Amino acid sequence: MSENLQSEIKVICQAYGNDRTKMMDIVLSVQQKFGQVSSEAMDLIAKCVNCYRVEVEGVVSFYAFLSKNPKGKVVIRLCNDVVDKMAGADAVADAFKKELGIDFGQTTNDGKITLEYAPCIGMCDQAPAALINDEVITYLSTDKVKEIVADIKKHYDPSKLKHRLGDGNNADDIVHSCVHNGIRKKGPVIFADYKKEAGLKNALAMSPVEVINVVKTARLRGRGGAGFPTGMKWQFTRGAAGEKKFILCNGDEGEPGTFKDRVILTERADLLFEGMTIAGYAIGAQAGILYLRGEYAYLRKLLEKILKERRDKNLLGNNIFGKKDFNFDITIQMGAGAYICGEETALISSCEGLRGDPKTRPPFPAQKGYLGYPTAVNNVETLCCAARILEMGAAWFAEIGSKGSPSTKLLSISGDCKQPGVYELPFGIKVKDLLKEVGAEDAQAVLIGGPSGQIIGPNDYNRTICYDDLATGGAVVVFGPERNLIKIAAEYMEFFVEESCGYCTPCRVGNVLLKKYLDKILAGKGEPQDLDLLQELGESIKTTSRCGLGQTSPNPVLTTLKNFRPLYENKVKKYPDGMQPTFDIRKALADAEKIANRQSVIYTK
Amino acid sequence: MSKQITFSIDGVEVKGKEGQTILQAADEAGIYIPRLCYMEGLIPHGSCRVCTVIVNGKPQAACTQPIAEGMTVENDTPELKEHRRNIIDMLFIEGNHFCMFCEKSGNCELQAVAYRLGILSPKFPYFFPKKDIDATHPDIFLDLNRCILCGRCVEASRDVDHKGVFEFVGRGINKKIAVNAEANLKDTNLAATDKAADVCPVGTINKKRTAFAIPIGKRLYDTKPIGSEIESRKK
Repeated sequence: MSENLQSEIKVICQAYGNDRTKMMDIVLSVQQKFGQVSSEAMDLIAKCVNCYRVEVEGVVSFYAFLSKNPKGKVVIRLCNDVVDKMAGADAVADAFKKELGIDFGQTTNDGKITLEYAPCIGMCDQAPAALINDEVITYLSTDKVKEIVADIKKHYDPSKLKHRLGDGNNADDIVHSCVHNGIRKKGPVIFADYKKEAGLKNALAMSPVEVINVVKTARLRGRGGAGFPTGMKWQFTRGAAGEKKFILCNGDEGEPGTFKDRVILTERADLLFEGMTIAGYAIGAQAGILYLRGEYAYLRKLLEKILKERRDKNLLGNNIFGKKDFNFDITIQMGAGAYICGEETALISSCEGLRGDPKTRPPFPAQKGYLGYPTAVNNVETLCCAARILEMGAAWFAEIGSKGSPSTKLLSISGDCKQPGVYELPFGIKVKDLLKEVGAEDAQAVLIGGPSGQIIGPNDYNRTICYDDLATGGAVVVFGPERNLIKIAAEYMEFFVEESCGYCTPCRVGNVLLKKYLDKILAGKGEPQDLDLLQELGESIKTTSRCGLGQTSPNPVLTTLKNFRPLYENKVKKYPDGMQPTFDIRKALADAEKIANRQSVIYTK
Repeated sequence: MSKQITFSIDGVEVKGKEGQTILQAADEAGIYIPRLCYMEGLIPHGSCRVCTVIVNGKPQAACTQPIAEGMTVENDTPELKEHRRNIIDMLFIEGNHFCMFCEKSGNCELQAVAYRLGILSPKFPYFFPKKDIDATHPDIFLDLNRCILCGRCVEASRDVDHKGVFEFVGRGINKKIAVNAEANLKDTNLAATDKAADVCPVGTINKKRTAFAIPIGKRLYDTKPIGSEIESRKK
C-alpha cells in the first residue's frame, strides 16, 4: 500500500509538473484516488513539490471536499441549505440515516459510503438535493432515498445511478444529469438567441482600448453582487505593469439561493468563453482560468469539450480568428467546497494552490493578482454581458433596464413560490411585481441577494432591484407566512460560521456569537438586552472584518432585527430575579462532580 | 529620499513617508493605534483587526493601509474603541486565557491591550473550547489555549528562519496553528534561538525554564500601559 501510494503520488505530482501552485489539482486527484489525503500522502506531496508538509495540511484542512481521514468510495452530501430544509431535507436526512445505518459525518462499517451535509449546492429550485460524489440528485424524497441507497449498494458507482434526465445540455451524454435548467424567463441579453462569435469578431476589429471603452459606455457593472464597473476593472488591469496578465472567471457561485451561473455554464458556456476571450484581448492576457466550484464538477466534461471545440475552431489558441499575435487560452480550475473562494482574492489564493484565504488589499488584483501578475476577476454573467455588448453595441445594452443599472439581471428564485427557477429580468423591477411573476404574493419576507444581502418585508415590496436600491448577485428566496424568520436567520448564521475562513477575528468569532444569541432567543431564554448585543456585535463584525464575507455576514440578523423587530421582541423577556436564564447549575457542576466522584448536596436539581 | 506625505489622524497633522502604512506613520509620529497581530519587521498580517481605523469614512486596517496625501484618519473615537473592545473580548472568549497563572502575564500584549482599553472581563459568554498543548519539544512549550491566530510565528518561521515550522490548518472557528510534523513539535527543527520562538504576543509559544525569570510586578506592562513607548516618541 505504502509503496503503491508513493508511486501513485509521484505520478500525480509529476502530471502537474511537481508545481506547488497546482496544489489544488494535486490534492483533489489524491483525494479522488484514495478517498483521503493521508498524513503519509501529505509528506509525499510536500517532497514532490518542494514545500513544507504542514502547508499541504493547511490546504487539505481548508476545503470541505478534501480530508485527511478516509472517506467512503461514495460520498453522499445532502444539501442542508435553508431552502432545502423548507422543502423537506430534514426528513430526507432521517431517511438517509435509516437506510445507511449511520449518522451524518460517519462512514458505513464496510468503509464504502460516507454521509455528510453540504451547504447550498446550487439546486434550490429543485430542492431537496444532494451530491453523490460528482453526481447531482434533485427533488429528493424519503422514497427516493430508499431507491438510491439500494441502487448504490449494487455497484458503489454514482455514475451508474438510475435517474431521469434534465432538459437541454443536462440530457447530453457528456453531462447525463437529472438537473433541470429551470429557465422561467428569457431576456434579451443572456438567454436570447445571439450571433455566435460576432462579439469576438467585432472586438478583434478594434483596439483593446476601444473594447474597454465600449464596455465602459455600456456601463456594465459586475453581476456577482459588488457591482464594480467592468470597463474600469479591465482598464486598471490593462494599465498595470506586468509581463503577463490573467483573466479569471469566478464560477464559484456559492451564495445560498444562487444558481443562475449553473444555467449559464450548462447552456451558454460558449458565450461565456467568448466573453473571456474578449476580456483577455482587452486587458492583454494570454491565459484565462475558469474557477469552477466543486459542486458543479458534473459540468466539467461539457465545459472541457466546448473549450476543445473552440481550440479546434481557432477561437482559442494562437492568432485567434487570424488576429496576429492574439494568443489566448482558457483552463479550468476546480474548487473543493469553500464559499469564501467566491471572494475574488480568495479565489486567486485557491488558484495558486493555497488555502482559500482572501488576500490583503492593497495591492488589488488589477495590480497584483494571480501569481503576482495583474489580474481581472469577473463573474460568469458579467463576461456573458460583455460578449453581447461587443456584438450588439453599448447603446443597445444601456437602453435596457433602469437608468443607474443598465440591462438585465439573472435572478435565481426559490423558496415559497409557485415557479422557482432562473429569470432574466430588466433591472429596476419592483419586488412586488417580481413576487407576482413567480407566484408568491403572500410572501412574509423576501431575501434579496442571499444571506449576505437583506431580508425585507411587505413594507419594502415597492422597492426595486438595481444597484442603487436592492443590489443583488441574483439570489432571491421567498419565505411564506408560516416561516420562522429568526430560525431562518440562525440557519444562515450557521452557514457563515461554517464558511468563514477564520483569518480575521470578527468574522471567525463574531458570527459564532451571533448564532449563539439567536439560539438563546429561539430557546425562549432571550433577554431584551440580547437584542442590543446582536445589533452591536453585528455592527462591529461589519465594520472591522477583513473581506466581504464578514462585512456582510451579520445581515440576516441585522436586517430581520430592523424589518421584523416585533418577532424578536415577542421572544425575549426580562428576568427580574437577576438569574441568567441560560445558566444551568447542574450542567455547570457535571464535570467537577465526575472528577470528585460525588454529587453536590446543595444543588441537587 | 522618499516623498513626504501629509495626512491627519484625529485632526492632528501627521507627516509620513511614501510607502508607509498608517500604523507605521502613526508610530513614528508618537500616536498609538491599538494593535495585536502587527509586529515590526514582519509583513503585516491584518488579521486581528484591532487597528481598524476610519479612513476617509471607510474602515481599514491601519497596519495594511498605505498612507495617501490628504487622507483623514479617525483613530481614537468612542465607536472604534467599542469595536476594538468587542474584538478583544472575542479573542478572550474563543480561547482559554487564564491570566492569573499564565507565565506571560505582564508581558502579554493581549492582556495589555485589554487593560489599556478598559476591559475588566469579557461581556460575551466563554466558549471554553478544548485545545491542544504540546510539551514534547525540549526547549519550547506550545499551548493553543492562549493562541490568538496572529500569524507571527507562521511568518517568522517561514520568512525569517526559513524553516516553515508553523502553519494554519482548518478554517473558521476551527482554524488553528499546526506544526510541520505528523503531530509533535519535537519532530520539527524549531530551535529556541529561532525568531519564531520569540514573536508570540501571548502565552502560546513559551520557552521552557524561563517563565518567572522576571517576577510579576516588574514586567513590561506592569508599570506602563502598552503603547506608551510609542507615545513617548511624540515631539
